[in-house]
Amino acid sequence: MTEKTRPSAGETAPAGQISPEKRLEMYRLQVLLRQAEQRAYDLFLQNKIKGTSHLSLGQEAVAAGAAAAMRPGDLSFCTYRGHAHTLARGVPVEKVLGELMGRDNGLMRGKGGSMHLTSLEHGVMGSYAIVGAHLPIACGAAWRAQYKGDSDVSVCFFGDGATNIGAFHEALNFAACRKLPVVFVCENNLYMEYTPIAEVTAVKHPGADRAGAYGLERIVIDGNDADVVYLTMSKAFARARAGEGPSLIECLTYRHSGHSRADPAKYRLPGELDRWKERDPVSIYRKRLEAEGVPGATLDAIDGEVRRVVDDATQACEAAPSTSEDILFTDVYADGGCSWRN
Amino acid sequence: MAQLTYREAVARGIAQEMARDENVVLLGEDVAKAGGVFKATVGLFEQFGPKRVLDTPISEQAILGAAMGAAMTGLKPIAEIMFADFLGVCYDYIANEFPKTRYMTNGQVSCPLVVRCGNGGGARFGAQHSQSVENWCMQFPGLKVVSPSSPVDVIGLLAAAVRDPDPVVFLEHKSLYAVRGEVPDGEILDTLGTAKILRPGGDASILALGMMVPRSLQAAEALQERHGISCEVIDVRSLVPLDTQCILGSVARTGRVFTVEENPRQLGWGSELVSIIADEAFYDLDGPAVRITTPNIPLPAADALEDLAIPSVDRIVEMIRRSLTA
Repeated sequence: MTEKTRPSAGETAPAGQISPEKRLEMYRLQVLLRQAEQRAYDLFLQNKIKGTSHLSLGQEAVAAGAAAAMRPGDLSFCTYRGHAHTLARGVPVEKVLGELMGRDNGLMRGKGGSMHLTSLEHGVMGSYAIVGAHLPIACGAAWRAQYKGDSDVSVCFFGDGATNIGAFHEALNFAACRKLPVVFVCENNLYMEYTPIAEVTAVKHPGADRAGAYGLERIVIDGNDADVVYLTMSKAFARARAGEGPSLIECLTYRHSGHSRADPAKYRLPGELDRWKERDPVSIYRKRLEAEGVPGATLDAIDGEVRRVVDDATQACEAAPSTSEDILFTDVYADGGCSWRN
Repeated sequence: MAQLTYREAVARGIAQEMARDENVVLLGEDVAKAGGVFKATVGLFEQFGPKRVLDTPISEQAILGAAMGAAMTGLKPIAEIMFADFLGVCYDYIANEFPKTRYMTNGQVSCPLVVRCGNGGGARFGAQHSQSVENWCMQFPGLKVVSPSSPVDVIGLLAAAVRDPDPVVFLEHKSLYAVRGEVPDGEILDTLGTAKILRPGGDASILALGMMVPRSLQAAEALQERHGISCEVIDVRSLVPLDTQCILGSVARTGRVFTVEENPRQLGWGSELVSIIADEAFYDLDGPAVRITTPNIPLPAADALEDLAIPSVDRIVEMIRRSLTA
């Protein structure tokens, strides 16, 4: 890890504030996200998943820590790199893999695909494939909560690249002006797509260094540490629920794979990936739990259980029929069809 | 019964819906305390308060994005994009977000919202504040597009748009804001997807929208008086959904059809209508379908030039006369 991305000292987790159950939950979530994403990658290589896909391998701590801090009813707004955030809210692996594979058991029966995972019943309000578009949308959901006196918080995940698009700034200003209960989570994985974010951004921290422009606190955290993410998110949620307005949290992290399926990530600096793998969020977390006395067997059991879940989901998807042709014309309009004329 | 201006009708329509349903909220630039730059939302802030009538920053993406997020989670927002031209800076929501959400989520999520815009020319505002953008909006499956031409239609169609479960772009013609019309008392509710025959006639059908409706009515009057040509004038009102039956029925009766469009010629809304007529009513036609449009130019600011560009009553009369007597 280079100096510019090293989280400052003092941001390690006061882990005692988190219950052992919650920490096991976060461990399981990270293992689940890791294994499910790895499986998605394998299925791509077997050509069982078509199209494109943007994996969160290496970034699991953000999705897991955030989801663990959320309450049922809180709303997630994700990006095209949204498998992990969707799974972290409890959407079954089978539904996600089925969607990626274009099967009838998919979350949207194949009508959305990898970049648009949505599960209303889990509070996953959509995955948005136009960079930055969902920041204002999350503001709208938060505005509704404020208007109706609902206690839910909207959480909007986005990458470092989104901080340079206009919608980011419009949303931050709008949310701050109206003190909306929304938490903006910038996952800074150092690359916008193929280009290092530092080469195209006027400030060092693309998210946090903009916070001051909207009267918000500058927050940069270690996004590879689920405990830190959890605690920071919890504070932001408390602030939002207390009517004190939005937060913008920049999580420093790194994606182990390329931007998308097509990207071999040849732009990485020599040794960069290896250095970040030393700070792999899943291994860090496991080592920490073991050091604090959680038996290895307990963690192995979680690993095994997750493996079975992912294997079972894969098998179910491979056995599932292709998505049904009769839904091609459905749900364009509220009447259920696509007719635009009499 | 009262005489209302088109702009007063906008405010009355919004007030009617806000009074009926507390989930209806209004947001946009200068819509609250100032009553709108076109004065089409006067009195709403005073009547419904700052919680339901919001002045926003000049942030069109925030306006439409916030409207969408609110609509997805239970509100019924009416968002104003002041000049329709400004849809260009928030087109992502028009093109990529509103219309595709229901489909992509397999019916899980809907966006029941209304985007109101001041549309069209005639006010000498130049190329970036005068456009007719119907065709910017009608090309997306999932989005509805409405454009009223009279105060009573403003109220009825606005109410229908607010109550519609799909996203609707509601194009108000800014050169019609001062026009007066009879409006009945009490609740007014119209139906999206219905055209109106404003003047019956036997020799030709004129399909018009927005400001082209009053001009087409005047042209029909002149064609009758000066040339004995009887034109049926149809206010299309709703491009999506489209009242194809009304249009095809008229063409079957008259055998000739003219569209009168304010948009520039390339891919204007009339081209889609003419395409439908060519497909489905070819043997009803006694001559070519003719599109009367603004030429393929950006709109100029100077009055003499703008008047030359946008179809005038005289141009409509002359093109129809020539076409029918050729």
